[in-house]
Amino acid sequence: MDFVFAQFLTGLAGAASLFLVASGLSIIFGVTRVVNFAHGAFAMLGAYVAYTLTARFSGPFGFWGGILGASVLVALFGAVIEMALLRRLYRAPELFQLLATFGLTLVFEDLVVLVWGPDDLLGPRAPGLAGAVELFGQAVPSYDLLLIALGPIAFGLLWLLFHRTRFGVLVRAATQDREMVAALGVDGRWLFTAVFTLGVFMAAFGGAVQLPRDAVNHTIDLRLIVDVFVVVVIGGLGSVGGAFVASVLVSELDAFGILVLPGVSLVLVFVVMALVLVVRPFGLFGRAEAPSRAVPEPGRKPPAPLSAPARLAVAALVAATATVPLWAGDYLVTVGSEILIVAIFAASLQFIMSAGAMVSFGHAAYFGLGAYGAALAVKLLGLPMLPALACGMLLALAGAALFGWFCVRLSGVYFAMLTLAFAQIAWSVAFGWTGVTGGDNGLLGLWPDGWAASPRAFFWLCLAAAAASVALIRALVFSPFGLGLRAVRDSALRAEALGLGRAPVQWAAFALAGTVAGLAGGLFVFLKGSVFPDSLGIGTSVDGLVMVLLGGIGTVSGGVVGAVVYKALSVWLISQTDHSKLALGLVILALVLLFPAGLGGLASRLAPRRRRAAAPAVHPAVGVGGAP
Amino acid sequence: MTGRARVSRRASAAGLGALAVGLGWLGTAGAALAADIKVGEINSYSALPSFTEPYRKGWQLAVDEINAHGGIGGKTLVVVSRDDAGKPGEALTAANELVSREGVVLLAGGFFSNVGLALGDFAKQHRIVYVAGEPLTDALVWSAGNRYTFRLRPSNYMQAAMLAEEAAKLPAKTWASIAPNYEYGQSAVAVFKKLLSARRPDVTWVAEQWPTQGKIDAGPVAQAIAAAKPDAILNVEFGPDLVKLVREGDTRGLFKGRSVVSFLTGEPEYLDPLKDEAPEGWIVTGYPWQAIHTPAHDAFLKAYQDRYHDHPRLGSVVGYALIQAVAGILRKADSTDPETIVAAAEGLGFDTPFGPASFRAIDHQSTLGAFVGTTARRDGAGVMENFRYVDGAAVLPPDADVKALRPKE
Repeated sequence: MDFVFAQFLTGLAGAASLFLVASGLSIIFGVTRVVNFAHGAFAMLGAYVAYTLTARFSGPFGFWGGILGASVLVALFGAVIEMALLRRLYRAPELFQLLATFGLTLVFEDLVVLVWGPDDLLGPRAPGLAGAVELFGQAVPSYDLLLIALGPIAFGLLWLLFHRTRFGVLVRAATQDREMVAALGVDGRWLFTAVFTLGVFMAAFGGAVQLPRDAVNHTIDLRLIVDVFVVVVIGGLGSVGGAFVASVLVSELDAFGILVLPGVSLVLVFVVMALVLVVRPFGLFGRAEAPSRAVPEPGRKPPAPLSAPARLAVAALVAATATVPLWAGDYLVTVGSEILIVAIFAASLQFIMSAGAMVSFGHAAYFGLGAYGAALAVKLLGLPMLPALACGMLLALAGAALFGWFCVRLSGVYFAMLTLAFAQIAWSVAFGWTGVTGGDNGLLGLWPDGWAASPRAFFWLCLAAAAASVALIRALVFSPFGLGLRAVRDSALRAEALGLGRAPVQWAAFALAGTVAGLAGGLFVFLKGSVFPDSLGIGTSVDGLVMVLLGGIGTVSGGVVGAVVYKALSVWLISQTDHSKLALGLVILALVLLFPAGLGGLASRLAPRRRRAAAPAVHPAVGVGGAP
Repeated sequence: MTGRARVSRRASAAGLGALAVGLGWLGTAGAALAADIKVGEINSYSALPSFTEPYRKGWQLAVDEINAHGGIGGKTLVVVSRDDAGKPGEALTAANELVSREGVVLLAGGFFSNVGLALGDFAKQHRIVYVAGEPLTDALVWSAGNRYTFRLRPSNYMQAAMLAEEAAKLPAKTWASIAPNYEYGQSAVAVFKKLLSARRPDVTWVAEQWPTQGKIDAGPVAQAIAAAKPDAILNVEFGPDLVKLVREGDTRGLFKGRSVVSFLTGEPEYLDPLKDEAPEGWIVTGYPWQAIHTPAHDAFLKAYQDRYHDHPRLGSVVGYALIQAVAGILRKADSTDPETIVAAAEGLGFDTPFGPASFRAIDHQSTLGAFVGTTARRDGAGVMENFRYVDGAAVLPPDADVKALRPKE
């Protein structure tokens, strides 16, 4: 009993740590709809700056002054970022800010190592709170007790701010309906800046107060961002109270879960999120968003199939690409194969994102299922390469059909996060089922059959697969099925009135996209000769998103351009510099600022700009906040 | 024609165009250096700077020393280094580049076990020798071992054997384990359990915790282990996870009155960051650089400190010894033919800052050992004391067992 109480307190301390960071993310998303991927990076910066300040000024004033000072400094920095970068992007398709904040995260991760050095840094313990308090015969760290108090205090202060000040009223109003707030004459720009700054302050504070418990290092950002996002989604987006309850729920389940299943931390938060979202599609305390008033832009013309000359041009380009192995060396040909494979992956993701407005944060699941399906078909069934690839696609199809059935009942960020939850569950199976998948050590020795063993033969195989996949997807977009998919995207209500249900159409599209991603995953296995759990990991999903966004979410096949640019750039940068993340992040930021409609959307930039200037709302079709 | 149609058409056309441009761009990268003999080196530079920075300093020191003393049979040794960002897939791309564009005669490096295994498999497929530095998984030279793969550092099994020998001397009868939830942690605990039970059949295991690597929730983990009241604890956590575990465990009195046996904790990479909170009296493997006084280590320490004005970490020794071993292999082979290089490497003896070591012909594992001792605090920093050097050859299983483990070729 004493132990249960102590474990409960420990869980509460963890919950407070989680809540401080999560509240900031929830506030930022609620008002600005920015999916702030850099939120973990701001928390990391808070910890690093606090380390420097507390090392310089000692004593209680030095310690707490250092923590507050670091939070303020990082918050001001966040304000600068908002004004210099994000403010330029509010008119772009919503998710584009995810790309920008992803670029920022890459930059920060390398910068902190350059500035603070490669070693893990140990901050001071809180003066006067270094020890433990004896409670019912159990030692409970006094700093934990402080954290347990800090969580509700921060929650209370935020509540007062939101319910007792004019600023808070505006924030809540904007969370509910920001178009109406803008229509009532509130200057949205400064409201957004203030909210972003407040959110970053909470992140930096949340990172800084971990100083006495943690070692400051450059991986804090990614460790935090996913968990924090999960907490915000479980609680319901924009609901600070929901984030609080979700933090407690997740932390206590973890604290007691590990007593029963010592390895449960690997997957626990994602299982909880999946269960919550299946039962409550808007999280515990979230509400369905007000239906978007934006109508499909009157001047917008739907995409059309290629004209005959354009088809010829594309065919000529494919033919030109097919000559690559004739003049390039083995290395370039192999890199070319990899680029073609990720292009298939990006094209499959773009199909559901652009034509279906289904933004998946977990598309890697189907890439990885395809990879493991093909690998296991070789290892367990002894199949040759092509049948193994078919097995991989079947496994990906099965996975996408199963997970998709649940996911298509949701929309917007909730959809995205449920796909992420399923992807993480699939990842943990690959990671943990060592007997079959080899766990973290992966499966080895999976090289192509003799006829495709040479780099050039494999390149041609990949080229054929890529051309076929992209052609199939384009044909589908312009088929009656694709028209139906676009109809439920643009107006689910009108489509349903016409007898076109949203869920079945989206489910079919989701399963199909998963199958094509599975082909990419299978090819990737034979390119690398091996498969590892990271093929199902968050990193692969994020890469896919980045490629589609870079290519242009408003296009049909822009993701192919995005894939080529992103993959070629990252391979080249990684071979040229040890600071490839810094360089890649800067390039992404530059591209985001130069081409806010994506590389493939370059041509459409001029026309829509005038309209969007009048209504800074949203791209109706493709926001993560999308209408239900 | 509509606006959107124009976009999508351009998008696909631009995609293929960009592929061609991208390839052309890559084609200009990595112009050949005027090198005599090239070795490819791959490591997780951006993912794990706390290990790889000292590691890079170590191998750079070795390269300069080798070239100052006549290089490899009169040729200059050039190491072409690449980052793998901690991902096996990127490591394979880099390996491909190094082999097919840079024309390296041999590959070396690696930190993560899965990167090491991927490179080992690449080596087998492409018939090029790979000398792993850091990857610890037993599979690398045993169950997934192959003709072209060698490994420098004492493996998981070897470190477990060193620690189990010490642990068996403890009076502790009930044990608990804390290890990261992936192959490295799992196999470290499994081997340690097996070897300890062989010496001490009376030992029982009363609790285990498997936090996610890099994401330990140290408070609940420490509390859960403490609740089982074990006599002794086996720890396999390292890096930031170790710092959190030590802090939470200390505050909660988890380590008070208990023996702790811990993998790798004596390595400066993991011990230094703990500063004045370094644990005391833990039985660890590691590298007590301040207190090793042998001619080989003195010379290495002096050269390293003169050049970098910093003390070496274990990574520095790994990088230094790795390139010294590679140079030894290439000198003896005097050829770029992979089969000749394999033949030269098998059984080859080489000098390291820890003393002489050799690559065993039977499984290509080197006999480089490690220091086993107990942790202590001195002048506000963690150190190792009462340590001894355990030669790797002394803790490897019998040849018959090794033969059974390795696949037939």
